[in-house]
Amino acid sequence: MSLYKYSFFEVLMHSFSAEVWAQVLPAISETMYMVGVSSIFVLVFGIILGLVLVMTSKEGLVPCKVIHTILGAIINCFRSLPQVIIIIVMLPVARALVGKSYGSNACIISLVASCVPLFARLVESSLLEIDKGKIEAAKAMGSGNMRILFTIMVPETLPSLIRAFTNAVVIVISMTALAGSFGAGGIGYIAVTYGYTRFQHDLLFATIIVLIVIVQAVQIVGDTLSKIILKKRHLI
Amino acid sequence: MDEKFIEISKLYKSFYNKKQKIEVLKGIDLSVEKGEIYGIVGFSGAGKSTLVRCINRLEEPDSGMVKIGAQEITSLGKAALNEQRRKIGMIFQQFNLFDSMTVEKNIAYPLKLTGVTGKEADARVEEMLNLVGLTEKKNAYPGELSGGQKQRVGIARALANRPDVLLSDEATSALDPQTTLSVLDLLKEINQKLGLTIILITHELEVIKYTCHRMAVMEDGKLLEQGLVEDIFSHPQCETARNFIRVYNQFRNDYQKEEVR
Repeated sequence: MSLYKYSFFEVLMHSFSAEVWAQVLPAISETMYMVGVSSIFVLVFGIILGLVLVMTSKEGLVPCKVIHTILGAIINCFRSLPQVIIIIVMLPVARALVGKSYGSNACIISLVASCVPLFARLVESSLLEIDKGKIEAAKAMGSGNMRILFTIMVPETLPSLIRAFTNAVVIVISMTALAGSFGAGGIGYIAVTYGYTRFQHDLLFATIIVLIVIVQAVQIVGDTLSKIILKKRHLI
Repeated sequence: MDEKFIEISKLYKSFYNKKQKIEVLKGIDLSVEKGEIYGIVGFSGAGKSTLVRCINRLEEPDSGMVKIGAQEITSLGKAALNEQRRKIGMIFQQFNLFDSMTVEKNIAYPLKLTGVTGKEADARVEEMLNLVGLTEKKNAYPGELSGGQKQRVGIARALANRPDVLLSDEATSALDPQTTLSVLDLLKEINQKLGLTIILITHELEVIKYTCHRMAVMEDGKLLEQGLVEDIFSHPQCETARNFIRVYNQFRNDYQKEEVR
């Protein structure tokens, strides 16, 4: 159903029809798979890189200018590239790693390459929010660096880290849709091939609805989790 | 008493602001006896906080020596320093409690470092809570506590490993006068009960007068005057001490006038 033939309302109503959802539903599960797997990688590598950034910084627990500068520069390089370009650049890498440059798994590689640096920076800024006095108190008690990192810095900034991860997941979702136009499949693919190329605007509307609902749900889960923790600690 | 327990000699420390060198400690010599409460008073920027932080090397001195008991702190390697820090309690102006842990977990944190666990740790936490009078707040989070209660938890946490020394870095400066008094009473009590040596940094002279046995007056990175609290109060030698005492007396007189009215 195209907006050129039918009214906006008719197209919108039709976007809820069984016919449309028969096509959209499998795409949702594909998108969920890509978002899920990418988010796990982003979480793990982003946290590791973020922690290294904070630990090696000038005011960090183990200052190391060389590591900090090199890591920072690499992260900045990746972050300067628009997502479309990262996807293109990562195509040969994906081919080398998973055997083909299209499909969900290839997409995951470019998602990770784009969102890990972003999340690493978010983790860094979350951890830097910690009151330096708490670290000092732990040091004065004779606590070692690794122990301070994992028993003080991470737990103390957990609500902020959860918010950062929520933001990262939302960006992963939007990037999945973008990667759809490069043969990744999923919601983005539907929107581009049917909504754009074939003027099937009812399908386009359906993908918009799905994306809004998913992002909304992720945001609510993240906000609620972080609020529950803050409430438990009586900080709000 | 009468034995040198904490010894500081020829302690120097500078900070670098851009290319400018700022000397914060300019040759500090100080000795504290076992079991006494030693107060160091000075205006902001005198270097007293840096001095106390050099004792457990939160701040690394440029030169000089710090000794506690037979142990020279300034010559310790990293692991040995951590070991030694577990025997030096410290409390702070901003309390620095861990918001992610309950009161109980906060107090148990230093115990984990020394390998005290299980029933023994529980008993120690209970004992500390008793000492600071917060038994019923065991499962509360620091976010629920008042300033005075937070500082009590800070004290309990600092004492959990039964340290020989307690460093107090402006511990009452963020508290109202009444709460200050109750925290100082607690410090006096643990000093007597446990024979704990306390070094207390403050810019409030009344805190020193109320709590300390001996004191030093600090100004511009140097200790200008040291001695018994009553001696310095009755015969201040240096200008800074006279200034402090003049302001102190003025406050007290004004306060008494208010009372009479």
